[in-house]
Amino acid sequence: MTRLFINGMETEVPEGTSVLEAAQGLGVEIPTLCFHPGLSAYGACRLCVVEIGDLRSGPTRLVSACTYPVQEGLRVRTHSARLERARRMLIELLLSICPSSKRIQDLAAEYQVERVRFPVRDERCILCGLCVRMCAEQMMARAIGFAHRGYRRKVTTPFDLRSEVCRLCGGCLYVCPVCELRCQGPEAPDPVCGSCQAPTCLPAREGLPGAWGVTGNSSVQTKARRGR
Amino acid sequence: MKIRTGEQLLMLERELRMAHDHKPCVRVCGGTGCRARGSEDVLARFQELLERKELGGSIELKFTGCHGLCERGPLVSIAPSEIFYQSVEADDVAAIVEETLEHDRVIERLLASDPVTGTRVRREQELPFYRRQHRIVLRLNGVIDPTDIREYLAFGGYRALAKTLENLTPEEVIEIMERSGLRGRGGAGFPTGKKWRLARAAKGTTKYVVCNGDEGDPGAFMDRSLLEGNPHSVLEGMIIGAYAIGATRGIIYVREEYPLAVGTLQVALEQAREYGFLGKAIFGSPLSFDIEIVRGAGAFVAGEETALIAAVEGRVSEPRQRPPYPVERGVWGCPTVINNVETWANVPVIIERGPEWFASLGTATSKGTKIFSLVGKIRNTGLVEIPMGMTVRELVEEIGGGPPPSREIKAVQIGGPSGGCLPKDLFDLPIDYESLVEAGAMMGSGGLIVMDDRTCMVDVARYFMDFLRDESCGKCLPCREGTNRMYELLTRICEGRATESDLDLLEELAQVVKETSLCGLGQTASNPVLTTLRYFRPEYEAHVRERRCPAGVCKALIHYVIAADRCTGCLACVSPCPSQAITGQLKQPHVIDQSRCLKCGLCLEVCQFGAVEVV
Repeated sequence: MTRLFINGMETEVPEGTSVLEAAQGLGVEIPTLCFHPGLSAYGACRLCVVEIGDLRSGPTRLVSACTYPVQEGLRVRTHSARLERARRMLIELLLSICPSSKRIQDLAAEYQVERVRFPVRDERCILCGLCVRMCAEQMMARAIGFAHRGYRRKVTTPFDLRSEVCRLCGGCLYVCPVCELRCQGPEAPDPVCGSCQAPTCLPAREGLPGAWGVTGNSSVQTKARRGR
Repeated sequence: MKIRTGEQLLMLERELRMAHDHKPCVRVCGGTGCRARGSEDVLARFQELLERKELGGSIELKFTGCHGLCERGPLVSIAPSEIFYQSVEADDVAAIVEETLEHDRVIERLLASDPVTGTRVRREQELPFYRRQHRIVLRLNGVIDPTDIREYLAFGGYRALAKTLENLTPEEVIEIMERSGLRGRGGAGFPTGKKWRLARAAKGTTKYVVCNGDEGDPGAFMDRSLLEGNPHSVLEGMIIGAYAIGATRGIIYVREEYPLAVGTLQVALEQAREYGFLGKAIFGSPLSFDIEIVRGAGAFVAGEETALIAAVEGRVSEPRQRPPYPVERGVWGCPTVINNVETWANVPVIIERGPEWFASLGTATSKGTKIFSLVGKIRNTGLVEIPMGMTVRELVEEIGGGPPPSREIKAVQIGGPSGGCLPKDLFDLPIDYESLVEAGAMMGSGGLIVMDDRTCMVDVARYFMDFLRDESCGKCLPCREGTNRMYELLTRICEGRATESDLDLLEELAQVVKETSLCGLGQTASNPVLTTLRYFRPEYEAHVRERRCPAGVCKALIHYVIAADRCTGCLACVSPCPSQAITGQLKQPHVIDQSRCLKCGLCLEVCQFGAVEVV
């Protein structure tokens, strides 16, 4: 067992547990979009960043709680001012690429993100990789993966072609934190499932009518502001 | 022939040196820079002439690695008189053979000149460029033929390995490395001895040593030159490292874009196997070790060690969380020591000359020397090795020779795209790991780009951000989206469309990207933005408030005009203009039609009278 302190509370967890799971065990809620208990931790959305180290003995570091293994005597803070500031910026970035997702809008409301200062580019995907891991780890299919890198990165099938190993199970849709439409059935023309246009149901081809009819708009009204 | 004992090695060394000592030797630089300027032709002409004059037996001809002074290539040095010729063309070869080799006369016009006194200089060592350097790792670069192991052996090569395997225990080797104070030359500066100790203590039957040759910084070529010029020093370091940590397998990860380095390494590995330095029972000890080459497909991020491991294993090079560190779980889950090319090349020197000697070089916390590739707006671009603690000013002005005529140096960008821009006021900063980090830059792998007064710092930050948003692996949100958004903001500033609040947003975003990114790439990606904001804020403000680019670079904010009083009407600028925007009669002041001007700057370059102005 490993002993650690989360927000000053002492807890003991089995070796190899992640900080996120240890915190959840204590009932401390850490926001996350790319973590799923049934899949390997990935550390892509960075919303679960926590502050580790002791302020009295030196500078602290921000690490993602989902991938950071517990260490003996580790001191963790989950909601410091520094973290809130960082998370607000991350949520603003998420909103600027995925403005219509309910999950992200809810997070924005929770963290009082009231405006998006970046030009909005509706990509309907936050590249959290849940679908890719679901397909590989639970469905044993590896039908989808990441292609390209940097700002060109996207989720797709090999060579953007209809995948021969995809069983149209819809597992990718099921775990997607930003996709809220269901699969249209196996007769749909798209390579994986239907035509819901979410990037997990590949490919969200240009030119096809969008399911939500949302277009890029630099003055996105977030839930927080609308609530006032 | 396999070498089994240290004694055998010494005998061979003596034999080889005897064979070399009394022969004059012509060394033609075969570094990539000199090859690009035609040193292969120079070599071929030498071969042809020496053969025709039947001098082949009495004069040795070598195609060596990089000499360093790439600016003046192709370089030729002649031993034993150490005459150093620069900018040699194939047509000069006949003169060199006849005058210098046959009649021992110096050809004045091919000599380098001292930039201060203007006198012609005969030897390399008399040039300030070389005089101020301290070449430890690069000592044999430009001296030996990298494709012949006997050359390396003649200069005491593999002696450190023999000493290690015959006289030292692995613990003693690690202790020597710790005492020497050697720190990782890849940029982060982790103590090498400590890394080795952790790897030795890690549990595992198979252990790996890896050489990180994924040098991806724009304008950096230290590792490439080392691998091309002296590959055996890297191999020797790796074998010693393998012995120290108990590794049986070695991997050199080198960029596919370095075909010359890959080729040299392949030859070097074969020859090392042939002499028994790789393989089973090296020097009769129980150590069995071999090295393979893994060629990378050119992702900048693969230089990050966890991404490098992924690439070696055949996966997409994406970093992962550390811990677990590679010394615990590295390649295929085995304990792995990953060191940079330059770090490995330092190892044999430290074993050979002792940790105390090494620790006597440099500063309190940064020992030894560091190789820099000096590029940009400077007279002597090239490869330099300096002791740690030398100031930026000494490096730029004395070794680099200062700015080109009538220019002024404004800043240096140190540490590659993740490093920072240091202004002229900070040039007295000593070059060591801590001072650089404190100033907002970092040692990085050793790229040093000099910028002059015609460089716009906002444009520089934008350039690096464009590089980083492209090279980010895209796994984590702050790095992928953050660099992309920073690039958008910087573009907006460069185009004069930004507001004051954009500057604050840029700074805020840069800070968050730095704090929350997964790996070193993202964590340092903000450095170009943060340092330029810190040291060159007035330039940003001029772009935002006055819609003006003080350096005259950002196209959206500048106009080229011709000052009528200085224009002599020579027509020189009229025909080069690609858009025919310049009109004018002979001996009448010319005029630029702003609606057609592409702002390419050609007129500014060709004008002899300083009549073209940027406003």
